[in-house]
Amino acid sequence: MQPVSAIRGRACPIDSNDVDTDQIIPKQYLKRVERTGFGPFAFAEWRYLDDGSPNPDFAMNRPEHAGANVLVAGRNFGCGSSREHAPWALEDAGFQAIVAPSFADIFRTNCGKVGVVCVALDDEVVQRLFDLIAADPGVEVTVDLEAQRVHAPAVSELEGVDVTFDIDPHTRHCLLNGLDDIGMTLEHEDAITTYEATRPSYTPLVPTP
Amino acid sequence: MTAKTIVEKIWDQHVVRSAEGEPDLLYVDLHLVHEVTSPQAFDGIRQAGRTVRRPDLTLATMDHNVPTDPRQVRGELPLQDELSVAQMEALRRNCEEFGIRLFQMGSRNQGIVHIIGPELGLTQPGAVIVCGDSHTATHGAFGSLAFGIGTSEVEHVLATQTLPQRLPRSLAIEVAGPLPAGTTAKDLILHILSVIGVDGGVGHVIEYRGEAIRDLSMEGRMTICNMSIEGGARAGLIAPDETTFAYLKDRPYAPKGDDWDAAVEAWRGLVTDEGASFDRTVHITAADVAPTVTWGTTPAQSVRIHERVPTLDDAPDEGTARQWQRAFDYMGLQGGEAFGDLHLDKVFIGSCTNGRIEDLRAVAEVVQGQRVADGIQAMVVPGSGLVKAAAEAEGIAEVLIEAGFDWREPGCSMCLGMNPDQLAPGERAASTSNRNFEGRQGFKGRTHLVSPAMAAAAAITGRIVDVREHLPSV
Repeated sequence: MQPVSAIRGRACPIDSNDVDTDQIIPKQYLKRVERTGFGPFAFAEWRYLDDGSPNPDFAMNRPEHAGANVLVAGRNFGCGSSREHAPWALEDAGFQAIVAPSFADIFRTNCGKVGVVCVALDDEVVQRLFDLIAADPGVEVTVDLEAQRVHAPAVSELEGVDVTFDIDPHTRHCLLNGLDDIGMTLEHEDAITTYEATRPSYTPLVPTP
Repeated sequence: MTAKTIVEKIWDQHVVRSAEGEPDLLYVDLHLVHEVTSPQAFDGIRQAGRTVRRPDLTLATMDHNVPTDPRQVRGELPLQDELSVAQMEALRRNCEEFGIRLFQMGSRNQGIVHIIGPELGLTQPGAVIVCGDSHTATHGAFGSLAFGIGTSEVEHVLATQTLPQRLPRSLAIEVAGPLPAGTTAKDLILHILSVIGVDGGVGHVIEYRGEAIRDLSMEGRMTICNMSIEGGARAGLIAPDETTFAYLKDRPYAPKGDDWDAAVEAWRGLVTDEGASFDRTVHITAADVAPTVTWGTTPAQSVRIHERVPTLDDAPDEGTARQWQRAFDYMGLQGGEAFGDLHLDKVFIGSCTNGRIEDLRAVAEVVQGQRVADGIQAMVVPGSGLVKAAAEAEGIAEVLIEAGFDWREPGCSMCLGMNPDQLAPGERAASTSNRNFEGRQGFKGRTHLVSPAMAAAAAITGRIVDVREHLPSV
C-alpha cells in the first residue's frame, strides 16, 4: 500500500443511501483472481446501458466529474457483501477518498487495507458537499488525513465546508505510512506462540490432508 | 467480578496482545475459506514469502460459483464458465501448496461454507470464527463470535492466525413471548430487520435473547444470526444451551470423551451475566410476527403477508420516499399492491440462510402431494452434500421431485447468481436467500425474500400467499 496523506481534487456524487457492494462491483466481476483491473467494472450495472455504452445520466460518466478522486455518497455506504473487490474497483477507478454520513463496517475496514480513506461526516455537511458539487462540479474537495480535515471552498452563495473528522488511529497510522499490518502483527509472533500454548484441547481442529 | 456479556467473555479469552491506543490482537480459532475471496490472499502470502500459520485451523470449500446441475457436477456435461473453473482450480492448487483441507465440488462434505462448519461440528461455542464472507455470523448461533472479513484480512489470518480488532459495541435484541404458529425464524429476522433498519446494527455485535430465540432449533438460530449483516451488524450470536450441545454431540469434529465434558462445562459459562450492560437494547414482541415478505431492494423493506406493498404516502420522509420510488421502479411495482396479485416466475429454495435439512423438511410439509404451479420454475439447492444426502434418505427429495421441483447439487447458487442459476431480466422470484439487492440474483431480476414454507406455498400456488392457509398443522 502506498502512503496516503492529503487528497485533493474533484468529487463525484452518488447521492443514494444504503449503496451495497453488489452495486459497487456486481458479482459477475468477482471471478478474477487478480487484485487489479476492477476499475472499469465499478458500478457496472448503473454505469453502463444494456448495450454496454456509458449511461450518460450516471455521475461517473458525466464529463464534469471526469478524473474525480473523491467520492461523496449517502448513508451506510458499502453495505452487504464483504467483497474487497468493491474498494479495489473504486481505487482502480481513481477514488482515493470516500465521504459519507456512515459506512458499513467490513467495507470501511477493507478500504483501510486498500488505501482508500473513508471519512464519515454529519448528514448536513455531506448534504452541503452535494450542494456545492451541484453548483460547481469543479469545486476542489480536500481530504487531509494528516490534519483529519475536509475542506471545500464556498461557491457563490453557498457556504463552504471546513470540518474535522474522526478516524480510527490505527487505520490512520497505517494509511499515512503505507504500512503492511501483517508485518506489524508478525513482530508479535512470540505472543501468538505463547497464546497458542494456552488454548484448551477441545477447540476445533481440522484434519489436514 | 465485573458482569460481562458473552462477547466480552469470548473476547477476553482470545486477546493475544493488548496495547494502549492499538487494536487488540485477537486469536482466530477457525478460518473458513472459499474460492472467490481467497486467491488474492494466497498470492499475497506467496509474494511476501510467508506461509499459512495454522492449516489445521483452516478449512476450505467450493461454494460460491460451483454449478448445481448434477450433470455438470458428475462430469457428464462440461463446465462452461472458464473464469469460475480457474477460480476453483486456484483454490485447489493453493490448498495443496499450503496443506489445507479442501472439500471440492462433488465431495460428500462439500457445501456452503456456513452450512458445513456447523454440520461437521467445527463450529463451537466460544470460538472466534472468520471467513471472507459477510454471512459468517451464521456460526454465532452456537455462541461463537463469528464475523465476515475482506481478502486482506483473509491474508492476515492465513499468515498470523490473528486479526487486529477493536471490541465492537453491544446490541441486545430481546424477543419477548413465543412465535405465533405458522411463523418461522426467517419471518422473525425479517421482522427484526424491518424494525432496526439495514444500518441499525452497524458497529455492534447483536446478542439475540428471549423466549422466541430460546425456543428455536439450531437451524432456526442459524437463520437468525445469518442475517445479522443485513442489519449492518458486525456479528450476531445466541447463548449456547442444551439445544446447542445436543446438536453438536457426536458430530464428526466435535470434541469427544473427556474433551467433550470439559468443553460443555466451559460452554455453560458463555452467558451474559446478570447485570452486564449492553450499549443498546431493542425490544421485539414475537406476537407481532407473521409470515413476512420483502417488497423492495433491501432486506429491511418488508411487510407481513396480509399487508400490501406500501405507497409513497407511507414513507416517513422525502429521502425515504425517493429510495422507495427507486425500489418500486426496479421491482416493477407502483406501491399498494397485494402480494397475491403479483405474477411470479421462479422460486429458489436454498442458501446459507435457509438451505439446511430443517428448511427442506418445512418445504416438503407444504408441498406433500401437490404440484408446482404451471409456469413456475422451482429450484431446490441443498446447502451441502450432507443435507442433500439426508433429504434423499428421508424421502424429502422424492416429494419435491415428484412435485416438479428441480433438485440440484449443493452450492450458493441463485442466492448470488455467480453460477448459471440466475433470474433473467424482469423475472420475479420468491427466494429463501438473504439479499434482494438490485441485480443480486440476476441482472434486473426481482427478488422477494421469504421463509422456506412461504417459498413452498409460492411454488404450488404460483403466487406469494399466506402459507398458513396451506399448512396441514395450523
